[in-house]
Amino acid sequence: MTAELLVDARAIRKEFGGLVACNDIDFTVERGAIVSLIGPNGAGKTTFFNMLTGAYTPTSGEIVFDGRDIVGLPQHKITALGIGRTFQNIRLFGAMTALENVLVGMHSRLRSGLFRSLARTPLQRREEKDGRAQARELLAYCGLSPRAEQQYARHLAYGDQRRVEVARALATNPKLLLLDEPTAGMNPKETIAFVDFVRKAREERGLTVLLIEHDMRVVVEVSERVTVLDYGEKIAEGTPDEVTADERVRSAYLGTKPVS
Amino acid sequence: MPPATRTRLERALLAVCFCTLALYPWLYSNYLSTTLTQWLPDTSTAFVILAFTVMGLGLNFVVGYAGLLDLGYVAFFAAGAYVAGWLASEQFANAGSVVFGGTVLPKTPGIHLSPWLVLLAAALFSALLGVVIGVPTLRLRGDYLAIVTLGFGEIIPQFVRNGDNLGGFNLTNGAFGMNGIDGLGFGNTVHHAIHTLPSNFLNELDSRWYYWTALALVVVTIVTSLLLRDSRLGRAWIAIREDEDAAAAMGVPLMRTKTLSYAIGAFFGGAAGAMITLQAGATSPDAFSLQVSIFVLCMVILGGIGNVWGVTLGGILLAYVNYKGLFAAGNTFNSTFGTNVDISQYAYLIYGVAIVLFMLVRPEGLIPSARRRAELVEEPEEENVGAEASPA
Ligand SMILES: Nc1ncnc2c1ncn2[C@@H]1O[C@H](COP(=O)(O)OP(=O)(O)O)[C@@H](O)[C@H]1O
Ligand SMILES: [Mg+2]
Repeated sequence: MTAELLVDARAIRKEFGGLVACNDIDFTVERGAIVSLIGPNGAGKTTFFNMLTGAYTPTSGEIVFDGRDIVGLPQHKITALGIGRTFQNIRLFGAMTALENVLVGMHSRLRSGLFRSLARTPLQRREEKDGRAQARELLAYCGLSPRAEQQYARHLAYGDQRRVEVARALATNPKLLLLDEPTAGMNPKETIAFVDFVRKAREERGLTVLLIEHDMRVVVEVSERVTVLDYGEKIAEGTPDEVTADERVRSAYLGTKPVS
Repeated sequence: MPPATRTRLERALLAVCFCTLALYPWLYSNYLSTTLTQWLPDTSTAFVILAFTVMGLGLNFVVGYAGLLDLGYVAFFAAGAYVAGWLASEQFANAGSVVFGGTVLPKTPGIHLSPWLVLLAAALFSALLGVVIGVPTLRLRGDYLAIVTLGFGEIIPQFVRNGDNLGGFNLTNGAFGMNGIDGLGFGNTVHHAIHTLPSNFLNELDSRWYYWTALALVVVTIVTSLLLRDSRLGRAWIAIREDEDAAAAMGVPLMRTKTLSYAIGAFFGGAAGAMITLQAGATSPDAFSLQVSIFVLCMVILGGIGNVWGVTLGGILLAYVNYKGLFAAGNTFNSTFGTNVDISQYAYLIYGVAIVLFMLVRPEGLIPSARRRAELVEEPEEENVGAEASPA
């Protein structure tokens, strides 16, 4: 049975010392949707991502992903269940090639361990060969030129680094793709191309996408639902139009406190 | 570019190096003039140099590949040494006589396993110790891990010193260490099984066999390194070294992967420790000082962190300087200037200065891995600075 909701988070709370970065947030994502999470800097968006991926353990609350409670699971298990992510500040493995970065993303799907690698069994060799072919496909899918495949991630141009990061996240074969400010540093043309890419990837790969985004045009353009955080509180939720019309959202974005 | 297929020149060079090393005992005693041999190690010393190179290569799995700073690697040297002592000496004479392929006469008291089995047992025991030490400590990061491993490197010799009375049981012979440890050989059992074996095979083998065994171990370690580097496991190690959080988010199980690198490093450290102990015929807690850990770490740094060939070269060079070069230089100095300086007193001063100079002139090591070079080369884009930021 596949539930309607891919993510069902209830009363998620994260405290850092005295600071409440996420204050009892309820949050749901429907299967196949593109959902945006917006809010001013420091609102708790990235912290929320980190709880979804298991990088942080919530102080309290429960997160059901694809019908399973994932709170407390180690990160690699959560990744294997189908959550892939990119980082706000690109975090590639700098001294590995673009191709190898994507291969690391496939880690939980590949099987060969110590002994098979040492013995170079036929199974291991086939797996490596297929893995490399898939990694190449993914890089091409994300728009990286074949020339760049063998370059160290550190030496790639900024735009290519973003592409590799998305390819690496897709390599984990996610059901849910988390993108943390993916268009930061892109020019308007690149941004439009990226929005098209996200839509296309969602269709072709059956993804559900959760997006942290600052550019309101992107948010309105691409997302079906929007959730707004401010100082760790969820202050609004709805369609892009509903949210942009909301008084509290406007004041949060203008930097003033709501009057009420 | 990543490590692609080796060129023909590189292959030829490797073949020449290997042949020279394999024939070294013979070259040394037959073909080299005394002016040259004065500077070159004899076969026994060359054995020690290769055994330490194995340690350098073993530590490279931990420090070079997985990026875990281990300052207590000597613990595994100690583990290997004591397994050799337990399984090939009269340490457990009270338990009667267990002779299985050991290089002793039948009915000799104590345990005397075949030294080849002892090597394997030492490596496996050490790997197990690696898991036992690794599981609680490898959760720590960076400097914290370095400090805790430093602690373990100090605890193990202390344990050995006090292990002569564990509830009345003498496990380690305390500060005296163990003596009368058997040497390398095939022993009576094998001798009887294979009648064609020359009768002198009953005896301990001569220094050339130690040397060749160590050389074989170097080759095994290098091959293991190369095979693992280009595998799912090797990529996971390097990913952890580059960015632990990102690696975890990509599905790499951190604890298991780190522990595996630690255990494999320990495996080779234990094998080297046992080899050296079989040759020396004795071991004691005094041999397990912090200096050994630092010495081996220097091999990895000097050679080029993560590069197998660099670490091999760094290991051979550094061990050579320590066990032969410095003496030779001192002798030459004294005979030239008619002085009487004991240069080995200044060994650590010289190493210290050399390391500092080296880090200034060539921080990437003798033969840096292409990856490591990538790290040290200026980045083409200033925007990449953000890639280093801490939590996600
Ligand atoms: N690991 C951490 N330790 C302490 N405080 C943190 C940590 N991570 C985030 N925070 C704090 O939590 C708040 C929310 O941060 P973050 O989730 O990164 O915001 P956003 O992504 O919405 O800009 C900030 O005040 C930030 O300083
Ligand atoms: Mg953020």
